[in-house]
Amino acid sequence: MELMSIQSFAEPGLIHFLIVSAILFSLGIMAVLSRRNTIMVLMGVELILNSANINFIAFSRFTELSLHGHMIGLFVIIIAAAEAAVALAIVLNVYNKFKTINLDEISLLKG
Amino acid sequence: MVEHTLHSIGQFLPEIVIVSTLCVIIVADLFIKSERHTTGWIMLGGLLLAGYFTIMQIGRSEAVFYDMVAVDPFAVFFKSILILAGIFIVFFSMKSLELESYKPRIGEYYMLIAGMMLGMMMMVGSANLLLMFLALELTSICSYVLVGFTKSSLRSSESSMKYIIYGAVSSGIMLYGISLLIGVTSSTDIYTINEALIAGVEQTLILNISVLMIIVGLGFKIAIVPFHFWAPDVYEGAPVTIAALLAVASKIAAFGMIIRFFSVTFIDSAGVSASGVWTAIEGIHWDLLLGGMAALAMIVGNLTALRQDNIKRMLAYSSIAHAGYILMGLVILTSEGLTAIMIYLFIYLFMNLGAFYVAMLFLNKAGTESIEEYKGLGFRAPLAAIALTIFLVSLTGIPPTGGLIAKLYIFGAAISAGWIWLVVIAGITTVISLFYYIRVVRNMFFYKPDENAPEISFDLTSKLILFALLIPTLFLGIYFAPLLEIAKSSISIIGF
Repeated sequence: MELMSIQSFAEPGLIHFLIVSAILFSLGIMAVLSRRNTIMVLMGVELILNSANINFIAFSRFTELSLHGHMIGLFVIIIAAAEAAVALAIVLNVYNKFKTINLDEISLLKG
Repeated sequence: MVEHTLHSIGQFLPEIVIVSTLCVIIVADLFIKSERHTTGWIMLGGLLLAGYFTIMQIGRSEAVFYDMVAVDPFAVFFKSILILAGIFIVFFSMKSLELESYKPRIGEYYMLIAGMMLGMMMMVGSANLLLMFLALELTSICSYVLVGFTKSSLRSSESSMKYIIYGAVSSGIMLYGISLLIGVTSSTDIYTINEALIAGVEQTLILNISVLMIIVGLGFKIAIVPFHFWAPDVYEGAPVTIAALLAVASKIAAFGMIIRFFSVTFIDSAGVSASGVWTAIEGIHWDLLLGGMAALAMIVGNLTALRQDNIKRMLAYSSIAHAGYILMGLVILTSEGLTAIMIYLFIYLFMNLGAFYVAMLFLNKAGTESIEEYKGLGFRAPLAAIALTIFLVSLTGIPPTGGLIAKLYIFGAAISAGWIWLVVIAGITTVISLFYYIRVVRNMFFYKPDENAPEISFDLTSKLILFALLIPTLFLGIYFAPLLEIAKSSISIIGF
């Protein structure tokens, strides 16, 4: 029994990867909810996307999903890059206008 | 394999035309430096050509590109109304005074609209989770930029930032849900996922969580409560044309995707009954959950719209409420419900685009978006004011307008499926909605304009666009048999 538990630590299986990705996902959500700096929020979004990516790769390694998972992973990386580029451009524009990127201070629109 | 790919390309012509239009616009933008909307006309030509190829697809029903994309009557119907909405938006953009000071960059604007059209047309056709996500992201990324297109406006910048943060987070959550769903079913296209679900999966908890997460992403796109909070801010800050595009086209596309996803993935095709639709996945009462979201959307949307002064913000809350009404058809998910959704979306296109168009005309000529400042506009611009009245009456659902027919069918479908409490809520909120729509009409007609306020007149093309929206809104309230027939013949989804 003891040997089994040691082995399960030594050889990472699907469940370990899923736990790592779940932790990353939670950290991402936490960053999004708690941070007030826009850049930090965007970092949280990147964490969320990458946690999903870990899932894809883990599933493709351990289930019959095979190469599909890798392919989706590649697409997600590209999407994340595109989104980050657009987001940074928008944040730059907001900084030029408002002279701040604190989310609480940018609130012309409400109601 | 080569034959299949070549055949698939032949079935993909509308999207290919849009991609080529996008490229042509980029190149044309480099060389043509005229003050007119040349790139807009190119976009219009591309949309018309894509519309022609879409109409050529009527009657086809097959899955191309190895089950990646479905070409079925359902997709053709949605693509046609998306292209129709796109054509109207291009015309609006040519008339918009807001975009006037961005003339040197207008090529980018139309290029992004082409990208968004491509994303939306792929959303309604895709039958693979990866392609669904890619299409959704393509639409979203283009719309983030479009919302912030009027860069010198503070409100536009702020709304685009809010939109990209909310949008990126919700699509990230959706992607995580997709990764779990793909993991437990070991497949990416929705037909094999359906087979795997019917065969039964062991991890029902993970499955339920994954579907909930996917609902977050899709719910964000259709702006349903509780994922609606971006809509008012974004609609208010965005240029009117883009607000109209988001309220109509983007919502239609998201509904097309959500219907295909739910109806193919979660149906137990062995027991095709009205109640057997959600049986492929156990644990949560999905129909009750979606019904609750629809009811909340109707209540929150209509009640919050009551105290809005900005017309775009009011229309945003009204579009949240309308998303609730449309979601009622999805809760039922019978062929009757789907027919009702399609009729609703078609009529919604004309009446909501019309309301946004008149709001844009008033912004152009009277320079105001505030409903308080609409006082007396009924006397200064009678034609536009009467048109706005008709659009708003239609959005409420009062005869003899198309809005009545839309609501009638969706309420009827819900009643015959036994969702009485939902219909009661919908009925009550419809009465509430009358108050804020009529407030606009009262402000326009029951107050005398200032003595020195000039008459507002519109040029011929503006009036023509107005009539192109006004006539269907009125006409569909009286004679809707052809629309019903088209909707009935368009509900066949592959695998449903």
